[in-house]
Amino acid sequence: MTITEKILARASAKTSVSPGDVIFAKVDKVMMHDVSGPGVIKVFSEWEKKGKRLERIWNPDRVWVTEDHFVPAADRVSAENVITLSNFTKKYGITRHFKYGMGQYGICHTLSHEEAMVLPGEVYVGGDSHTNTTGAMGAFAAGLGHTDVAYVLMNGKIWFRVPETMLFRLEGTKPDYVMAKDIILKIIGDIGTDGANYKAMQFTGSVTKSLSMEERLTLTNMTTEAGAKNGIIEPDETTYNYLAERTDAAYTPVMGDQDAAYSEVFTYEINRLEPIVAKPFSPGNIAAARELAGTEIDKAYIGSCTGAKIEDLRQAARFLKGRKVKVRTEVLPAAQSIYMKAMKEGLINIFMEAGAVVGPPTCGACCGAHMGVLAKGEVCISTTNRNFPGRMGHVESQTYLASPIVVAASAVAGKITDPRDAKAN
Amino acid sequence: MKSKEKLKGRVHKYDRDNIDTDVIIPGPYLKIHDHAELAKHAMEGLDPKFAQKVSKGDFLVVGSNFGCGSSREHAPIALSQTGIRAILATSFARIFYRNAVDGGYLLPIEVEKSAVTRISDGDELEIDLERNEITNLTKSESYPMKPFPELVAKIIEAGGLLNYKHEE
Ligand code: SF4
Repeated sequence: MTITEKILARASAKTSVSPGDVIFAKVDKVMMHDVSGPGVIKVFSEWEKKGKRLERIWNPDRVWVTEDHFVPAADRVSAENVITLSNFTKKYGITRHFKYGMGQYGICHTLSHEEAMVLPGEVYVGGDSHTNTTGAMGAFAAGLGHTDVAYVLMNGKIWFRVPETMLFRLEGTKPDYVMAKDIILKIIGDIGTDGANYKAMQFTGSVTKSLSMEERLTLTNMTTEAGAKNGIIEPDETTYNYLAERTDAAYTPVMGDQDAAYSEVFTYEINRLEPIVAKPFSPGNIAAARELAGTEIDKAYIGSCTGAKIEDLRQAARFLKGRKVKVRTEVLPAAQSIYMKAMKEGLINIFMEAGAVVGPPTCGACCGAHMGVLAKGEVCISTTNRNFPGRMGHVESQTYLASPIVVAASAVAGKITDPRDAKAN
Repeated sequence: MKSKEKLKGRVHKYDRDNIDTDVIIPGPYLKIHDHAELAKHAMEGLDPKFAQKVSKGDFLVVGSNFGCGSSREHAPIALSQTGIRAILATSFARIFYRNAVDGGYLLPIEVEKSAVTRISDGDELEIDLERNEITNLTKSESYPMKPFPELVAKIIEAGGLLNYKHEE
């Protein structure tokens, strides 16, 4: 069995499972935020209207809640959604609620690793499609909708069809100007935005093993853009060390068997990989950054669960240090703790001296909701993960997706730029 | 919703692959949780007049990977609230599929590409869930549909996951 199959077998109390089996898995952790949370709460209230009483939920200690999409509240309705969350967590005794303006808070998929909310071998579900991100910790992590999350809150389990696993071997050594973002964009370009539909995407190989935890999280984050059920990486010393700095909670890692069966195996020689950009309006619509060199942009965005972790900010700073941006540039660290690290390392100074605005952690502009949406006809280069029509603002705006290095180099040039043609510090 | 009944309705066809959740219900509406209000904005990214065109019981016919993108349950809610009863596609994105079924909102029906090609906007269809067959009343022809997996059929029968009793 693969690691995904073994985790699902363990969670469904079976000795083995095979792709295609439909199982009910016990859930270890569940997350909801200020978009999915109010949706879940609505499901609860409809349920109660039918006369079913809900005095308690399955296990408040295994639930965590964050405020990320609509903070700082852009308007009255957003503000009310956020209050709804507080009422809910108070009522059901959920103590792990990361609140905006009260210490650590940030984007859900960033807190999941920064705060070690999810551990190797666990089954983790969240009311957000990029829940896949956290599979980099060696967990089964998948996104669900409101009804499913509500079901988990009531019953502590949920159904899954056991996915086939596609194995991606990333081999060779990674060039300095290439990031995990380039690797995953290349893969999505190759297999298509439904290339992994209903399947697991597992990463291995010498490059995967050499990547830091945060870079691995970028790989699994965008498995969602290929339609995958989950992205996963077997845990190793990098995972254990990362967790040791953050938690003393016990866990039992799961590894795939030597003779595990994969539905497909892909090998990528990363030595030869160039910086990649996804053009509008699909993450699979890729081109080499150099091919697009000179494309005029109006804005550069460094933010989101994909591209605003501390390493993303460090890499962007290499290209922004001592230079001035030529287009509107926004940097939004993905969590309060990352903002503070960036401040201590002097990165915030670098960004501000370059002319960028540094904002509070939020999903706002990534999902076109608030805090810097695009106007009609505007072109943005962004470290985020989606560029569908209207994703970051007006339906006639355009977004190019790229690594923090490419976005920073482009911000300085005022047009899309291959970092090899720009100067790094 | 029962999995064994016959459904009849008119087709709204958008012959495109990868119709994503940002198109089905754009980001700014995610803070809305009132179902009727959401319906007004269904498919706004593709056809701002969509909601006004649909009558109760109608079908949506689209290409592959329908509903890709975010996990927002707002998407199947908005579509079902306009009156759409079933979506015929060559494939669905996974979260959209399970939201449609588990929430008891609408039926995600997988059909072959040839069926999508044959069916035209405005056609009258009858869907027989017992026999897994779709009849095009306008064109007097029929197409097979992929049967629902066993658990999915049971959840549809129960009217959504919350009503479904899982036997250990
Ligand atoms: S940053 Fe963007 S992709 Fe990530 S959770 Fe927020 S809205 Fe979703």
